[in-house]
Amino acid sequence: MQRIGVFVCWCGSNIAGTVDVVAVAEALKNEPGVVFSTNYQYMCSQAGQDMIKQAVAEHKLTGIVVCSCSPRMHEATFRKTAAAAGLNPYMVEIANIREQCSWVHKDMVTGTEKAIILGKAAVAKVNLNAPLTPGESPVTKRALVIGGGIAGIQTALDIADAGFPVDIVEKLPTIGGKMAQLDKTFPTLDCAACILTPKMVDVAQNDKIRIFSYSEVAEIKGFVGNFDVKIKKKARYVNEDICTGCGACVEKCPMKKVPNEFNLGMDNRHAIYIPFAQAVPKVATIDPNACNMLKNGKCGLCAKVCAAGAIDYKQKDQIIEEKYGAIVVATGFNPISMDKFDEFAYNQSKDVITSLEFERLTNAAGPTAGKLLRPSDLEHPHTIVFVQCVGSRCDSCAEKGKEYCSKICCMYTAKHAMLTRDKYPDTEVYVFYIDVRTPGKNFDEFYRRAVEEYGVHYIKGMVGKVTPEGKKLKVQASDLIANKQLHIDADLVVLAAAIEPDKTARPLATMLTASMDTNDFFTEAHPKLRPVESPTAGVFLSGACQGPKDIPETVSQAGAAASKVIGLLAKDKLTGNPCIASSNELMCNGCSACEKVCPYGAITYENKEFRMPDRTTKIRRVASVNPAVCQGCGACTVACPSGAMDLRGFSSAQIMAEVDAICK
Amino acid sequence: MQKITRDQLVEKAVSLLEAGTVSAVLGWKKGEFDYDITPALFKSAEEIKELFVWNDFCGANFSKYLVAKAPKQEGKLLVFLKPCDTYSFNQLLTEHRFDREKVYAVGIGCEGMADIDKVKAICGDGIVSINCGEKMAVGTIYNDAETLIDYADVLAERCVNCKSKKHVAYDELMGDDGEVIDSDRFDEVARIEAMTPDERFEFWQDQLSRCIRCNACRDACPACTCEKCVFDNPKSGVENKAPANSFEEKMFHIIRAFHVAGRCTDCGECSRVCPQNIPLHLLNRKFIKDINEFYGDYQAGAEVGSRAPLVNYTTEDLEPSEVFDRRDTNA
Repeated sequence: MQRIGVFVCWCGSNIAGTVDVVAVAEALKNEPGVVFSTNYQYMCSQAGQDMIKQAVAEHKLTGIVVCSCSPRMHEATFRKTAAAAGLNPYMVEIANIREQCSWVHKDMVTGTEKAIILGKAAVAKVNLNAPLTPGESPVTKRALVIGGGIAGIQTALDIADAGFPVDIVEKLPTIGGKMAQLDKTFPTLDCAACILTPKMVDVAQNDKIRIFSYSEVAEIKGFVGNFDVKIKKKARYVNEDICTGCGACVEKCPMKKVPNEFNLGMDNRHAIYIPFAQAVPKVATIDPNACNMLKNGKCGLCAKVCAAGAIDYKQKDQIIEEKYGAIVVATGFNPISMDKFDEFAYNQSKDVITSLEFERLTNAAGPTAGKLLRPSDLEHPHTIVFVQCVGSRCDSCAEKGKEYCSKICCMYTAKHAMLTRDKYPDTEVYVFYIDVRTPGKNFDEFYRRAVEEYGVHYIKGMVGKVTPEGKKLKVQASDLIANKQLHIDADLVVLAAAIEPDKTARPLATMLTASMDTNDFFTEAHPKLRPVESPTAGVFLSGACQGPKDIPETVSQAGAAASKVIGLLAKDKLTGNPCIASSNELMCNGCSACEKVCPYGAITYENKEFRMPDRTTKIRRVASVNPAVCQGCGACTVACPSGAMDLRGFSSAQIMAEVDAICK
Repeated sequence: MQKITRDQLVEKAVSLLEAGTVSAVLGWKKGEFDYDITPALFKSAEEIKELFVWNDFCGANFSKYLVAKAPKQEGKLLVFLKPCDTYSFNQLLTEHRFDREKVYAVGIGCEGMADIDKVKAICGDGIVSINCGEKMAVGTIYNDAETLIDYADVLAERCVNCKSKKHVAYDELMGDDGEVIDSDRFDEVARIEAMTPDERFEFWQDQLSRCIRCNACRDACPACTCEKCVFDNPKSGVENKAPANSFEEKMFHIIRAFHVAGRCTDCGECSRVCPQNIPLHLLNRKFIKDINEFYGDYQAGAEVGSRAPLVNYTTEDLEPSEVFDRRDTNA
């Protein structure tokens, strides 16, 4: 029989305001096994914890029930207290009488009644608790960063700086991400390439960092400290180790009408290509869908001109297997498709473009060499209309756009408007907005400058319709402040398209068993206090995969994620969770139900010899759980048809005892 | 009447035994009466020639016997499987319950089995002889002449609503192989679903209160092959005991229905062996119907290694809230 102590916490008035804590302590005194019961204002305080330690010594307690807040809050605290008092930390159970009781009830009578029931359930469970000892697992001192944009680059650099090896997996042929496509960056207007490309070079030259470009993560198994990852390195038909990036192959390639993704299809590239001049790694890649040699076996010009002999038409996709201790997700964002926004005539006119396309049009390395020209006729536009919140903050149009604010559009639109007016003073620039949101260091000053110094026409109201008519775009809009309809004949319309997580994020989250919100942004372990960690241990978040972010924010989060990774990799061993599954071999019939539901691959089968009651022996197939891999999710215990699987610390018997106590 | 004859099966069994392909044969032999045909393990050609029985009362599904019997044979064990038995056979293979290499499976065509209660309803009690010829000839102690019965009139419910004439597993096939049948087997379930909760409760109360906890349903069920059944485990608190109240009467069967949910192939053995004629298969069919409606058609045992929707997750799975929303139509 256990000797259980019950400690009822007031949590100031948080609990005591709706629960009669004295009555709860009194009622639980009579439960089986309880030898001591008390209440205190703040059980988690030093005085409260001392009270527990003292009671353990005085009453020779073997088990503890704390009726307090959620175990997520203070279970670890009270387990430490128990350990300090000489008890096994797993002899502590928390009855959550705050989040699940006092905070959801308004009435003292019902609140108290429920608190007593929850307390009884915890006491019933502790009666069946047994001491548990956690195992240890080693930490693989290498990190994986998924995504090679500015978020992934900064995270990798910071981790490498601390001395740990890092691998970056990037699905495109070069790292750099969206930032490499930008022209200038707000609010200081320094050129994106000038600040990004040195970092890309740092990555390439850092001997702690390996870049797997043109690669994707194919499989992730394992758990914090011990992830087993398969990386699919797609065939680029060029030997990366030999290619010097001289570009001779690109010049000679006859297939030159392939839409150039880097310039968002606004110009063409060759079938063999280097995405941009500062690409890292600076090696060529053959597009298998465009290359005549790969499609029809005819051509082979690039192989002939390559002095290094790097072209390899027979290259195959390659699977690289590596172990990692931590994984950082930095999969970034994309502008949403404008297909559903017919009212802006995006698909009807070449002169209706997205803001990212505008970046390329103004970029010196872009399709127009930095001259702002209309895509349709390459003439200089004199009237430009910027439309903000296209697909952002869409309350009523969730099927078209996003309910959230994309956060970066107000600032980049102000930047676009200002730069246009600065370079082409003969251009009239209109910006239509719902609100202008510019919180951030020097952000509002930047926007005010666009309005006051550069004479950008900011109009509160939305554009209703854009109609191509001849060379003009008829823009019909409303001015909510002047309360009138506006008709503008524009030469160019720029849509600030909402941004969404990259499409690769969802399948990746499934592989990682990391949680996402309804918009497919990765969720944090805690929105305020653990913003760069996923709830899945060992998985960290960097950049826009977690929510819309501008560059300064992304870089600071990238550094924060790196510091969390470094904290993990600096450890030699991790203490495991002792609440893991185990199989009762006498009951297991080897049906494989548990193996199939285990998300961690922790269950294997072995043929074991059993002595039967009739003195014969029988070889039976039985499940066995790898304690280092099991994360204690309990899926197997529910799937097992024979009741052979049980979870330590949450055994079926314990849970039934809790249910019985509640139902009594 | 069965198209395959007893002599064909005997000849097949004897030849496989004599050729050394198999070392033993799972078959049927006569029980106390002509209609209680009993499973039997034959080890010699003589035994087979003398005792082997095959007629319209050979309903027993041998799949489950392989779990206990197959590992004990020196060589392979010959088993005769009717189409519905092959589904249980596959399901047990999926669950790794016997070694496929230890079994030689002969699929046999089936014309449906007879239900002795339907026979008794026609000719009365006191049956002393049954001859399965062109018509079923039944002699009783009360009648001088034999009663001749059409097989169609006494077909077991599970055969009236036969779900498949197709053999989904075999090494060798005798007789006809048919197709999966679009049967009306869920009509009765739908009728019970349409009842008010009170009516439904009363229906099951009536049925399940007849249960004598003989465990025949469990013992015959091919999905019940746990090493240690919870109802035989003194620690479980629900060990073999006569129900103390109406709650316990229902609990046994409801627990069993949940236990086999997703793994039950709807072979109907539970209802066949029930001495109290409780339509136990309806509980299992309710689960099958729900699984089909919630997750798309799924037939346990149709393929080896298939994953039942209840223990599998796909991103297309419906949300619990949708199940709740459909509570009225799927009561």
